[in-house]
Amino acid sequence: MSSIERFLPRRHLTPVSPNTTPAQDNAPVSLGIDEAPAIAVEDLCKKYHTHWAVDDVNFNVPKGWTVGLLGGNGAGKTTTIAMIMGLVVPSFGRAMVLGHDMATERHKVLSRMNFESPYVALPGRLTVRQNLTVFGRLYGVANLKARIEELIEDFELGDVLDRVTGRLSAGQKTRVAVAKALINDPDVLLLDEPTASLDPDRAEWVRSRLRAYQKRRGATILLSSHNMTEVEQLCDFVVIMSHGRIVAMGRPGELAERFKCRDLDEVFIYLARVA
Amino acid sequence: MTQSLNRIAAMTARYYYILRSSWLRLLEIVYWPAMQMMVWGFLYTYLYQSKSAMASTAGLLLGAVLLWDVLFRGQLGFTFTFLEEIWSRNLANLMMSPLQPAELAASLMLMSLIRLVIGTLPVTLLTLLLFGFNVFAMGPGLILFFLNLVLTSWAIGLVVAGLVIRQGLGAESLAYSIMIVLLPLCCVYYPVEALPVWLHPVAWSLTPTYVFEGMRAVLLDGTFRTDLMMECLALNAVYLGMGFATFVALLQSARHKGGLLTMGE
Repeated sequence: MSSIERFLPRRHLTPVSPNTTPAQDNAPVSLGIDEAPAIAVEDLCKKYHTHWAVDDVNFNVPKGWTVGLLGGNGAGKTTTIAMIMGLVVPSFGRAMVLGHDMATERHKVLSRMNFESPYVALPGRLTVRQNLTVFGRLYGVANLKARIEELIEDFELGDVLDRVTGRLSAGQKTRVAVAKALINDPDVLLLDEPTASLDPDRAEWVRSRLRAYQKRRGATILLSSHNMTEVEQLCDFVVIMSHGRIVAMGRPGELAERFKCRDLDEVFIYLARVA
Repeated sequence: MTQSLNRIAAMTARYYYILRSSWLRLLEIVYWPAMQMMVWGFLYTYLYQSKSAMASTAGLLLGAVLLWDVLFRGQLGFTFTFLEEIWSRNLANLMMSPLQPAELAASLMLMSLIRLVIGTLPVTLLTLLLFGFNVFAMGPGLILFFLNLVLTSWAIGLVVAGLVIRQGLGAESLAYSIMIVLLPLCCVYYPVEALPVWLHPVAWSLTPTYVFEGMRAVLLDGTFRTDLMMECLALNAVYLGMGFATFVALLQSARHKGGLLTMGE
């Protein structure tokens, strides 16, 4: 058995976190929080033709936590997030958000969620103000004008407010996309590489806004990123995927210790090569 | 209910912003029907002046062109408005919002109607001014003709939108081509009797056939066929229901297939 296989039961797996005992291996990993989790991923699988894009993934995200979903390209992160959002129906297992199965009851919870992804863009021909207004109305935001003013201030969008979204720089578009993701004060926020196109200064600035939002709202955040510094700064817990499976999970510091690495970057590289 | 109406209004505002953002788009809505009408209008004038056997039926030609355009532009307006979401990679944003499929469909229908009015009203006036053909002379029955054709265009638009969601942009060309299948079968320019007998049931299963037969009854015999329009409305109710059910089924199928998140990439 290779070193990685100790963390990788082949079927019906739940990777072993430092606090779980073997008896718990087939149950979603508990993070030591008694309250019902904001996100519960149970035996989640997705098969495309003959390929398992996601294979028996289990994890819970307690309310108010920020969890990082990591993995190389093709690891299954985006498919997992898409199933949590209810945009993709699992082949097996389920993804629950705030107690609702996202395959069948997503409409009950969508107004309390939001997301940002580089695969998705805001309508480029609309101005920033028009986009925020349209999405604010779709989410039924009360006092929409005041909420948009708050976001303009938080994300320093005053200068671009009446500019066409499609003509903004990549960094400005990201700020607008994150502002849109927060327009309804979501309880659950799914972020797919939220700072990918930003310079380090702007990326840190966006992270600080996300931290402030999380602290103010007590929101639950599931974050996918290739930026390990970002993950270490933002996340309480990390789930690492490879080839559709979870290969490790734990607190960022614990993972580095467990794999005898200096930081999460090294853990990521180590797992990517071994897995 | 109020929230639902708010979401429909938000989506309609979104499409209105797009339309308003480009005068070229507005011009395009009028341009194609206007050019088509010019061609058929001059043919109408030629036939009318030639004193041939065809002269007496020349008006039918322009009436048919105008009504066919209602059907064709109605479907294009619906489908193209939907395709905006795919082209701008915005579909996942909408699917992740509380917007329901029925609300999306309602906003697309509303926008199709707005585009139709923008496109056909100037052309109708142009036809009257240039060629002296007054489509409003068909009387109040024209409203039922219009309503029935619009309902059919929405039913077809829903199926096309569903296919684009299910199959991706590969199905985009259906937006332009699907109506052409109907053109020979729904007897736009000739009566049902002109078709082979074995095609009659096919023609009568298509709602536009009722409208074009009804138009010919008004223009040739001066009679309004209420029976045809009522049958047509009933069929349209069935087709619209089937169109929406197909849209929802294809959306659900796309959720199984995956790809909604990356749609438009």
